Amino acid sequence: MSAHAATAQLAGAPPTTAENTAGSGGGPAPVRIVVAYGFWIFLLSDIIMFSALFATYAVLSGQTAGGPSGRELFQLRHVGVETLCLLFSSYTCGLGFLAIERRRMGGFYVSFALTFVLGATFLGLEISEFAGMIARGAGPSRSAFLSAFFSLVGLHGIHVSAGLLWLTFMTLQAAAKGPRDFVRRRLLCFSLFWHALDIIWVALMSLVYLIGAR
Amino acid sequence: MKERSPAQAGSSDQLPGMGENDPLGSFASYTLGLVFALLLTGASFLVSQTHLLWAPGVPAGLAVLAIAQMGVHLVFFLHISTGADNTNNVLALAFGLLIVTLVVSGSLWIMANLNANMMPLSTILEMQR
Repeated sequence: MSAHAATAQLAGAPPTTAENTAGSGGGPAPVRIVVAYGFWIFLLSDIIMFSALFATYAVLSGQTAGGPSGRELFQLRHVGVETLCLLFSSYTCGLGFLAIERRRMGGFYVSFALTFVLGATFLGLEISEFAGMIARGAGPSRSAFLSAFFSLVGLHGIHVSAGLLWLTFMTLQAAAKGPRDFVRRRLLCFSLFWHALDIIWVALMSLVYLIGAR
Repeated sequence: MKERSPAQAGSSDQLPGMGENDPLGSFASYTLGLVFALLLTGASFLVSQTHLLWAPGVPAGLAVLAIAQMGVHLVFFLHISTGADNTNNVLALAFGLLIVTLVVSGSLWIMANLNANMMPLSTILEMQR
């Protein structure tokens, strides 16, 4: 703890509170443990919402109404690049969080800028994929399969967009307020959110794209 | 403040309480998670694009690889562990998994059953005449 506070002061940050000494024995849990737990429950409810859409997609995936099927529409090269973007953005997000935990603002800015660029690349690829599908007459109104596909993948895309907004806001807040406790708690929640989006993308990649493209 | 690359930020010096046992993870755990996730993603693409697996078993193989990769993400990125601070998180995860399983398998079961019991469309049209 003392070494911790000393480093914090060296780095020009306000001294840390007792919050950093993770739960030892009795007494109330440290704030960040409670905050992370509450946010984790939100993430699980989000995942349950996605599971309803996954179930819808699984039921409707064969109902193409004479329209194009996943085999004709999905381009796996595209999906592979999107997967890599999201995976590496998750990694840089984790590194950025570690950097600000250690009061290294430079490392934090570099990592979060990379996270933003990779997330935005993912979003751009997804938008171009959707635009291409709609342009060839395979929009969400074409068949039950495509309605389910667009709602499921589109909802993930909306989450990524919201994540990018949150990332921008948190980077500005960290720049304005420095690595204070509440800023780092919010960044912890953001990184949990970003990693959870990656988990949902893994399910999308395997169960929607890879199985659908066969 | 000096600029540092993200790679340096993790590996150079380790503060006390920020080492391997820290519940919030370390540079090593993130890197290990990335490597595992890349391997599993590669395996998924390999399985789906080649005839490595028996063809009817490919969806099951992909599902297993996906679940494994989600586990890697949970442990290495979201830091769900068996630590004392994590009991509540693990219990919430278990409950979430229960609901997800019920929603997905229940929907598939009910809809498959309805499909199996449904009259063929031609018969319905015949009856409406």
